[in-house]
Amino acid sequence: MTRILGLISIAIAVAIGVVVLLGFFLDLPVLVSVRVTFLRWAVILASIALVVGVVNLLGVHWRKVSGSQPGSAYSVVLIVSLLATLVVVGFFGPTAPWSMWVFNYIQVPIETSLMAILAVVLAYAAARLLNRRLNLFSLVFLGTALLVLVGTASLPGLDAPALNDLRAWFERVPATAGARGILLGVALGTIATGLRILMGADRPYRG
Amino acid sequence: MTFPDLLTPGIIGLGMTAIFLVLIIVFAFIGRRRPRQYLREIPAFEKLGRAVGLAVEAGQRLHLSLGRAGIDGVQGASALVGLSVLERIARAASASDRPPVATSGEATVALLSQDTLRGAYRDIGEFGQYDPDSGQLTGVTPFSYAAGVMPVIFDRQVSANVLAGHFGSEVALITDAGERSGSLTLAGSDSIPGQAILYATAQEPLIGEELYASGAYIQAGPAHLASLRVQDIFRWILVLAILSGAAMKFFGVL
Repeated sequence: MTRILGLISIAIAVAIGVVVLLGFFLDLPVLVSVRVTFLRWAVILASIALVVGVVNLLGVHWRKVSGSQPGSAYSVVLIVSLLATLVVVGFFGPTAPWSMWVFNYIQVPIETSLMAILAVVLAYAAARLLNRRLNLFSLVFLGTALLVLVGTASLPGLDAPALNDLRAWFERVPATAGARGILLGVALGTIATGLRILMGADRPYRG
Repeated sequence: MTFPDLLTPGIIGLGMTAIFLVLIIVFAFIGRRRPRQYLREIPAFEKLGRAVGLAVEAGQRLHLSLGRAGIDGVQGASALVGLSVLERIARAASASDRPPVATSGEATVALLSQDTLRGAYRDIGEFGQYDPDSGQLTGVTPFSYAAGVMPVIFDRQVSANVLAGHFGSEVALITDAGERSGSLTLAGSDSIPGQAILYATAQEPLIGEELYASGAYIQAGPAHLASLRVQDIFRWILVLAILSGAAMKFFGVL
């Protein structure tokens, strides 16, 4: 039975994948209409998946609290915050003043604090990189990062147009060329991954 | 309508995709007869193999984070690569007392990670090892996702972290947690800012499209090796096209 269900899953995934791919390349009204319908279904399914995911998140932390696992106090904070936000947004609506208050005065400051920590973490990581991998590439990496930082920041009493020009040239020529090379490789990898799923060689949906 | 009129960008794109697909099938068929093929050394994958073995021996856990992109966009491909890696890791670490744990910042990927683990354990006859909590959604914004991953690294006896998916700058918080917990971190992302940050912060970064080669290196099947060869062929075609275009522009032909 499981095997039959698996085969049905593969057949549905491959058939829908082929129709969406053809609808993307061929400008035939029937194909485009079917493709748009499938994409709408995908959006609806993704919304339902979000609800299931949040229930899973709640379940994981609930079990952490009930099992008195390490860090369960943080799980209590998460559960209380999640339920309180759900009640406020569910009762008043997503754009009501109370909902916006929760967003502006709780979520935004927390995420901004994490961004501030990120700046410290990155500065520390730059120093650690020299310790971990002291080679030519690491030196070029750090040198470029410093050049862009110094060229971007306006320092009092330091006005060096040549430095700004050098930074602009770095961004425009080597950085853009390198980024395009990486993006071409990523695009080829993306096509290969999509085609493997279309062939049924990769099946993340078979459980 | 003449033949050149038929060659719209859509038809050309479809033709190239069809050639890509046919070549993957051909190379996969050939690869079944010759399973051993040369792959250039990527230290991250050698360390991954050792990390799986060490985790099983030490009774520790492997953690795989799949990023925060959904599967309905272009960025979802990197998460799908992560799911292939997750399946191989789940199979390889099935003898461990502590099964691998997967985290993600997008709900559909979290559900697929549960599905992947369930399928992998059922295939190897170890369905009892499956725990729905081992595929977790940790947060739905970039920083809440990273903040949710950090306790998993600290609290669940993780010996190695594999980050395979779409990450932005928030990934530095995850790699830093790995560093502070003393666990190995191998990481690859499809985003350029994510790759730059991983180069500085991860112990074993995957640069460029190395992430997409993961399946071939962890022996996920002949289709992975075949697609790697086809990517190389198309890469050379692109290189020749770019150089030809530049030469024609230089000589005033274009």
